Amino acid sequence: MTATGLRVDIDGLSLRYGSAQVLAGVDLHIAPGERLCLVGPNGAGKSSLLRCLTGLAEPSEGTVRLDGVPLAEIERSALARTISVVPSQVELPFSMPVEDVVLLGRIPHENPFTGQSDEDHRAADVAIRRVGIEKLRGRDVRQLSMGERQLVLVAMAVAQGGRLIVLDEPTVHLDLRHQVEVLQLIERLADVGLTVLAVLHDLPLAAHFFPRLAMLDEGRLVADGAPADVLSPDRIRDVYEVDPRFVPSLAWNGSP
Amino acid sequence: MTSTDLAQGRAQVHHGSLEALRRRPVVLGLLGLLTLSVAIVAGVALGTVAVPVAETVAILAARLGVPLEQSWADTSETIVLTLRLPRVLTALVVGLGLSVAGVTFQGLLRNPLADPYVLGTASGAALGAAIGVLLPIQIAWLGLGLVNILAFVGALAAVTVVYRIAGGGGRSTMTSILLTGYAVGSMLAAGLALAMYLSGSQLRQIFYYLLGSLSGADWQSLALGLPIIAVGSLLILARARSLNGLLLGDETALHLGVDVRRERVVLLALASLVTAAAVALAGLIGFIGLVIPHIVRLVVGPNARLVLPLSAIWGAAFLVVADLVARLVGELPVGIITAVIGAPIFVMLLRRYRTAYQL
Repeated sequence: MTATGLRVDIDGLSLRYGSAQVLAGVDLHIAPGERLCLVGPNGAGKSSLLRCLTGLAEPSEGTVRLDGVPLAEIERSALARTISVVPSQVELPFSMPVEDVVLLGRIPHENPFTGQSDEDHRAADVAIRRVGIEKLRGRDVRQLSMGERQLVLVAMAVAQGGRLIVLDEPTVHLDLRHQVEVLQLIERLADVGLTVLAVLHDLPLAAHFFPRLAMLDEGRLVADGAPADVLSPDRIRDVYEVDPRFVPSLAWNGSP
Repeated sequence: MTSTDLAQGRAQVHHGSLEALRRRPVVLGLLGLLTLSVAIVAGVALGTVAVPVAETVAILAARLGVPLEQSWADTSETIVLTLRLPRVLTALVVGLGLSVAGVTFQGLLRNPLADPYVLGTASGAALGAAIGVLLPIQIAWLGLGLVNILAFVGALAAVTVVYRIAGGGGRSTMTSILLTGYAVGSMLAAGLALAMYLSGSQLRQIFYYLLGSLSGADWQSLALGLPIIAVGSLLILARARSLNGLLLGDETALHLGVDVRRERVVLLALASLVTAAAVALAGLIGFIGLVIPHIVRLVVGPNARLVLPLSAIWGAAFLVVADLVARLVGELPVGIITAVIGAPIFVMLLRRYRTAYQL
């Protein structure tokens, strides 16, 4: 099964909170089916960019267009069927089986009066299989490990059926094995044609799993391209203000 | 058997039991309707003067339009239709409303300990009712006494104040609304304490209201309360989708297309309206709104589309039974009965499902 990824065009995007300039004239174009990772130090504006893209924040200037349609013209419910956002963590107030949590991803498709249709149940099933969590199906989500929970949230986003999947630090709190598991899963999602946009703090992992990185610093886009070009030692020194030798895989790449 | 096998076996057992629970909503619903029907007939038939069950059913059937020849005494008909039926139906409506409001508040505030009274409705209604008792005037409007009217107004006014202070229209969190609810509730409780202190001989009347009772039920007040509770509950049910989305928190709900700000206001308003109507009809009946939703969730999980109607049915049945018990043991305040019956059931269920249900 293949899907058609969403095309994203961000032009001159600025966002101000009071006097704080959070984003300043960011241009970013993502082709359908592309896999892009945003990197940059804390406070660089990565999450703010995601908030503008997913309609949670209104840009002060500039436009976001999805398949050429300005974001401002898209209704919230239609947007929810177009973009699936994987939350970094969710605390549920009640215990709930994994299957039901994945079904919550179908909320934007559900008929408000008759509830979930057979198609919604099918989509949840497909998502559970695609993410590979069949064994967890009936388990209470509150008794799962952090890593398993993260997979459930990805499955929920897949069930949501967006053509762009947005992940804000999906590997935070996870051990190395689960980080790799989640990132491999993200690769597979792009393989079926979905556009993927993620924020990661771990530069080596970002470089390994994403063909294209975009680096933000103080609200500006400072680099955009292949990992090896974006993560140059000089840039690491400038943007992160650390010695590039602290980023191991880059050091290895530099001296084979 | 290795420990892995054991773990897998346990996972399968767990999986299997949840699969079995999944089929239970229909069973639970039918069982609830059956219980409710039996409770209604029993509630109408039993009391200080017992009317035989066959006669009760015949009177009710005749009333519903079944062509039957009158074979019963006129006094039986008066007891059934004028005294007991409105009381039983009021219990049904109040139990239904409090349960639906309880599900809504627990989901909306993402707090398992929330109940319909959590945002100040209870203290607002109580203060309103106390003022109604103390004011030396007698007004009856459409069959409602001053106490009922002021209880209704007090409940709604309290929620409005809480919502305004917490800045509900802005980016306030549900936690700040919850805390403001407690603060305003304490203020109103102080007012209530003052009113009780000043009430002298009327203290018992205020006290009776605080414990909740259906002894004042009649057709006129039911005719006013029923539409508010019924329409409010249906409108909440139509928003079950939003309530489900809000379980995941505001941001995730937004990403799922839920207009969080609007849905929150609408759901808060509807649940408060239903609660206000319930307390105006029957005073402060505790426990139902907290516990019935939990009992239902234990069986079918937290999907609001199932929890709302099932809680409505079981809440209604529970209060009809509790009121019957209250009458049979000599017109005790029904709030005492709901706690005495409900608390042990709740504790038992919690112990039994401890693993599947952590608060």
